[in-house]
Amino acid sequence: MNYSKLKKARVIVSLLFFILSISLFLDIYEKYANETVQEILYLQFIPSVMKFLSTFAIGTIGFLIIIALTAFMGRIYCSSICPLGILQDAFAWIARKRSTKKFFYKKKKSYPILRYSLLGITIIGLILSFSTIVTLLDPYSNFGRIMTYLIRPVVVLVNNGLSLLLHKVEVYTLSPVKLVMAPWFIFSFSLALLATITYMSYKRGRLFCNSICPVGTFLGLLSKISFLKIQFKADNCTKCGKCIGACKSECIDIKTFSIDHSRCVDCFNCLTACEDSALVLTAKKQLSADITNNERRTVIATGIGLLLGQTVLADVKTKKDTSKLLVNEKDHPVSPPGSISIKRFNDICTGCGLCVAACPTQVLQPAVKQYGLIGFMQPHMDYLSGFCNFDCRGCGQICPTGAILPITIEEKQLTQLGKAVFVKENCVVYTDGTDCGACSEHCPTKAVNMVPYEGKLLIPEVNQDICIGCGACEHPCPIDAPYKAIFVNGNAIHQAAEKPKEEEQTTAPVEEDFPF
Amino acid sequence: MKRRDFLRTGIGASLLSGALPLFGGLESVKGMPASTEYDLAAVRGGNGGDMFDRAIEAIGGIGKYVKSRQKVVVKPNIGWDAPPERAANTNPDVVARIVQRCKEAGASEVYVFDNTCNKWDRCYRNSGIEEAVKAAGGKMIPGNTESFYKEVDIPNGVSLKKAKVHKMILESDVFINVPVMKHHSSTRISLAMKNLMGVVWDRKFYHSNDLHQCIADFCTFIKPDLNIIDGYNMMTKNGPRGVSVADVTNLKALIASPDIVAADAAATKMFGLEPSEIGHIKIAHNMRLGNMNLEELSISKQKMA
Repeated sequence: MNYSKLKKARVIVSLLFFILSISLFLDIYEKYANETVQEILYLQFIPSVMKFLSTFAIGTIGFLIIIALTAFMGRIYCSSICPLGILQDAFAWIARKRSTKKFFYKKKKSYPILRYSLLGITIIGLILSFSTIVTLLDPYSNFGRIMTYLIRPVVVLVNNGLSLLLHKVEVYTLSPVKLVMAPWFIFSFSLALLATITYMSYKRGRLFCNSICPVGTFLGLLSKISFLKIQFKADNCTKCGKCIGACKSECIDIKTFSIDHSRCVDCFNCLTACEDSALVLTAKKQLSADITNNERRTVIATGIGLLLGQTVLADVKTKKDTSKLLVNEKDHPVSPPGSISIKRFNDICTGCGLCVAACPTQVLQPAVKQYGLIGFMQPHMDYLSGFCNFDCRGCGQICPTGAILPITIEEKQLTQLGKAVFVKENCVVYTDGTDCGACSEHCPTKAVNMVPYEGKLLIPEVNQDICIGCGACEHPCPIDAPYKAIFVNGNAIHQAAEKPKEEEQTTAPVEEDFPF
Repeated sequence: MKRRDFLRTGIGASLLSGALPLFGGLESVKGMPASTEYDLAAVRGGNGGDMFDRAIEAIGGIGKYVKSRQKVVVKPNIGWDAPPERAANTNPDVVARIVQRCKEAGASEVYVFDNTCNKWDRCYRNSGIEEAVKAAGGKMIPGNTESFYKEVDIPNGVSLKKAKVHKMILESDVFINVPVMKHHSSTRISLAMKNLMGVVWDRKFYHSNDLHQCIADFCTFIKPDLNIIDGYNMMTKNGPRGVSVADVTNLKALIASPDIVAADAAATKMFGLEPSEIGHIKIAHNMRLGNMNLEELSISKQKMA
């Protein structure tokens, strides 16, 4: 087999997945507002698992395809499909280019306790629907947050600078985009993550994937028994060590002619590095290399340990208390349309930030503590940042986990995310005695209507039956938060709003053609 | 073109553009010899574009307002992500015809924009205005970020003393205001004066500092050279956004006037209200920004077949 072609194919496929994934997050002009686009993410492992668990949709078997693929030829997912993995390859590639070392990588031991613990925690998190763990560890979601909260703002800034320059010469092909920064905590978190990953991959290739990433560890277990494996032809080997120097996973042991397949990500670099045809990708066992008993024991031990830890986690879960937010104004935050209920949403969302990037009005913002610990970094409807466009359902169309379902526009326009609450004491009409009505102007269903008040003044009145909780009233209210005269109190479970009545014309225009 | 005409136009144009900031408005330099044209034109019964052609002819023709090589800014209402039949935005046919006539009159560029309430690019697209303007030879420009706006002083304003105004309004030679005639939940009706809230950045200030007074105050800073009120479709209730087409009536009307207060007064009457009932119209009249007493004006009324 021509291994250099195989490696080239791997690189091309990786770049394709990488660029497509990136473009999803950097679609600042809303060119991608349709449902087919999310299929780019069909094979992303954790989102696919979440979607399968949440919707039981038969079509959602991306993760099964990956499992089958891994069982056939190893962790090809990690090399070619996972955007975080490919990003690390980019850093590692730069590191190797800049290095003068003949052998860049060395053989290193794995960290079984760490990686199997993290895998165990993730599985427990999945079983208990404690999605915070999954949110923190899922490689795709981590990549998503790097893109949405770090890279996207940079792209927006560059775009805005360029569009200003172009406008000076009367070219209007580019236009500025509102720059919204994530809450500082989430920004710093994403930055720290990027720094860690950059450092780890720059120094030691796929260390993150082989010690932290639960998907990598899980697929690693599978690839130990995969049909095709990279194996030594010991007779051909001259022990030159070139394969070791090329191995990003640091998993080749030349002394025992063994490869730790749980760590091998199928990058095929060793195959092209070897000039003696001593490494082959094959199904036949070239040299028996069983899973060592030691490692198996570690797996079992950590598993038991984690089972014991379940009770602790279960406690954490019952302690989450969103009702504490009552003190200020809202009983509940507002979750996006199509999320059905806050509980369901919190259980499924992995906080990848794709909907935050795709939301045209930027009303979707990552929560710091609005949902409590369980919803850390999950998006909520932030009506200080914007309000939900009545004719948009982009978040549901793009969500890869099914946390936000792709409801129809008709459903969306009758889904009540929360209820508008009018606080007369804060309203300009009451305090200043002047007309305002910004809330009613923006209301798409006229759930907020202006009714006669003192003198000629009009004052808002809310009909909660037809309110959908979109925030079109709260956002433009001229009173600064937290003293808004009208705000949306989230529904823990989304409800059905009544359809606004289409009344007959009451104020027919004057009969006369020209009443003057 | 005769040399005298050329010179006069040239001087006029340079005065218009140069004197704008000095005099705080166009009125001072527009005191040219009084014409015999009507102060205001009202047309009924045609499509949007044809009614505009009739109306503009009655008030002096487009050449009176747009001269060769001038930069024109057209400000329709594109506030909402809604299709034309909902009448939440100005009818695209009207806007397109205005752009076309300006180009024919020799305008170097015709710019169209609004500071929208919904996401701006969706509004531009779904209102049908973007496509219509481009087809007519105009340029759609954004107004969605603060960088497009420049702070100006409004010394004669009572409540509104400062505002951030879209630079295109400040830099253009001719300003044509093209609102749609519609109900408005807080100001009762949204017409030409109300439409000017779409050339400023911070509307929240208006809302929290006596809305009607601020609307009138802005006209002390600048008044459009021409106001075309599109009433082809009129939203009679649930304005300014509207909920469905049940809020719309096919009025087939259009009003044109260089006097913003007069234009608003005429449209208010067509809506079935009295101008004096509308806070900002009354205030503007009292501040002598225009005349809401229609009986004092010469009005061309035309009915199209």
